[in-house]
This record gives sequence, structure tokens and C-alpha cells, in this order.
Amino acid sequence: MAAEKKQGVFTGPLWQNNPIVVQVLGICSSLAVTTQVKPALVMGISLTVVLAFSNVFISLLRNTIPNRIRIIVQLVVVAALVILVNEILKAYVFEVSKQLSVYVGLIITNCILMGRLEAFALGNKPWPAFLDGLGNGLGYALILLIVSVLRELLGSGTLLGYNLLGWAEQYGYMNCGFFVMPAAALIIIGCIIWYQRAKNPELQEQA
Amino acid sequence: MEYLNIFIKAAFIDNMIFTLFLGMCSFLAVSKTVKTAVGLGAAVTFVQVITLPVNYLLNKYILAPNAIVEGVDLSFLTFIMFIAVIAAIVQIVEMVVEKFFPALYGSLGIFLPLIAVNCAILGGSLFMQQKEFSNVLQAIVYALGTGLGWLFAIACVAAIRERLSYSNIPAPLKGLGITFIVTGLMAMAFLCFSGIKLA
Repeated sequence: MAAEKKQGVFTGPLWQNNPIVVQVLGICSSLAVTTQVKPALVMGISLTVVLAFSNVFISLLRNTIPNRIRIIVQLVVVAALVILVNEILKAYVFEVSKQLSVYVGLIITNCILMGRLEAFALGNKPWPAFLDGLGNGLGYALILLIVSVLRELLGSGTLLGYNLLGWAEQYGYMNCGFFVMPAAALIIIGCIIWYQRAKNPELQEQA
Repeated sequence: MEYLNIFIKAAFIDNMIFTLFLGMCSFLAVSKTVKTAVGLGAAVTFVQVITLPVNYLLNKYILAPNAIVEGVDLSFLTFIMFIAVIAAIVQIVEMVVEKFFPALYGSLGIFLPLIAVNCAILGGSLFMQQKEFSNVLQAIVYALGTGLGWLFAIACVAAIRERLSYSNIPAPLKGLGITFIVTGLMAMAFLCFSGIKLA
């Protein structure tokens, strides 16, 4: 029973309860960093790490934090972790960290963090909190991956920088510049939501 | 002229929602009716205009390389300082507004605490750090531009969503899905502003 529940904590957020398309958290960064696959992957991994560890720390501190100042405590824990991640990115993948610019810093205000800390870490033990963080982070990374693969392949004909569609140009194929633009990300996520809600009718809104 | 350029660039060309995607979460959650949307937009503008100049001064006199002591670079503390300033100011603003402007508090009240974690505010401060403004006034104009641009965007989309409730939308697309697509189309419309040449 307990094992089953833990598994749900980890796998649920991957698709059924995905942070982006179902919980509607963390939209900002998912749209801005997805023009290419590489920054999207780095962003997904960074967020997963920050989310998993901040969940653990908040869960460890959950009985000592006074309720009134919990938001500021959460922000400080998250900000400290984000600084670490940012310094590591600058040291090892400098090019990508330039591309991501302010969006690494914006992990702090990413609503996935606040949402999961408030909803899960404050009321659960460290290990399930870690799994919840990992699951939500990977669910976020999954959507980032889908959107960025579509945008990079259709928008510039490459994947991870390798030119895949160059051969098609002699037959009159052209890259669709629209996919590189910001608007395309919104429409792609709109379509993912459409597909996901069509598969899971219980998620449809009765508005 | 210089100030007008900063304002137009912040409000239209680099619109917070349609080109930078900042503050999307609260934007999606609160854009159901025009009235609440305008309330949140006003609160964001208000907090932005207060926090951004403070962060500007903090950045210039404390965090920038060689600012306090020669040879000391504190810029790695940026995130934690900015977010602490924002959280503290939001708290103070909330208390001041509650005490002295009860009517305003009644209409903004529920949105104010949410703003501490609105990425438009932290994002504005981080972009400000990259832009290297030469004085505080420029930072204030930039803050006003980003805030009003955000207000404008959320009000437009809220108005469209009010109308959408009368249309016949496929069931899986209702609510969130169609909002994304509408925002995408609005973003395409906003691309036309990127053609503006500023002197």
C-alpha cells in the first residue's frame, strides 16, 4: 500500500497530473527557453534538481518553520539552491547559461516550486517529498523536451545543433520561421493541452 | 526622448507577457474577468515601480563589482538579495495599503501576497541588471513601462476570455487550452511592434 502510494507520488506528475499542462504551474520559463533543445534540457534538469532538494529541505524543516514566515523561508532555501545551480552552470556550460540568461534566476519564482512546497513538502516526510520533487521536475522537463524538439526541428531544421533537414532543401523544403517565434510556444502547449484533455476527459473544464 | 524610448520598448516591444513570458502563471489564473485582471495588473505595476528602483540602487551600490570594497564582487548574491527585497517590500506595501487606503486594499488585497512570487517582478529586476541604466529615473520609467505593458496585456486577454464564454469551443480545448492559443495569437499580433525603430 505504502509502496504503491509512493509510486503514484513519483509517476503521477509525469503525465496524469503534469505540473505544466494540468496544474498550470511554471509556464513562464517553459515558454521562453524552448527555442532549442539544449537549453531546454539544461533548464529541465536544473529545475528538477532545485525542486527535489528544496522539497527535501523544507520537508525536514516543516515542523520548525513558523507558519507566518514560511513563504520567506521557502524563498531563501530556493534562492540559495538556485545560486548554486547558476554557479555550476556558469562553470561547466557557459554558452547555455548565457542563452538561458535571467531564466535560471527565475526558477526562484517558478510557481512549480512554491506550489509543490506549499502543497506537498510542508505536510510530508523527506523521502516522499524528494520523489514528488523528482516527479514534478521530470514532468516539467518532459513538456519542455516535447515543445523544444518541435520548435527546433520545424523552426531551424536541427536537433541539438545537428542539421537534420538540410537534405530536404533541394526539394523545396523551407524551415518555418514561425516556430522560432514566442507565439509558437504558446500554441504548441495549447495543442498539447488539447490532446491531453481529449485523452483524459475527467480533466476537461465545465466552463 | 530617451525616457520615452525606454518606456515604449518596455511596454510594447519587449512586452512582459507576449514576448518575454513573465508572470504567465498568475496571468492565466486571474484573466477570467476584466475587473479582477485590471486589479492584479494595477497591483503588479504598483509593486514593480517600488521594487525595481530599490533593486537598482542595491545593485549599483552594493552588488556590482568593486561597489563597496575594491576588488570584491558580490554579484553572486543577486538572486537572494533581490527576492528578499521583493518579499519584504510586498509585505510592507500590503501593511501600508491596509492601514491607510482600506478601499484600495479591498480591491487589491488578495492579489498583493501573490505578487511576491510573480516572475514579472523578479524578471523585471533581473533584466534591469542586464540593461545597465545610468540613473534611477530610467529604472523607474522602465518599471512603469513593464508594469503598464503587463496590465495592458492581461486586460486585453481577459476581455477576449469574457467573450469566449459565449462561443462553442470543443470540450477538451475549453478553459486553459483555448487561453493558450488566444495568447499565442495575441503574441503574434504584438510581433508587429518589433518593427518599431527607436531613434
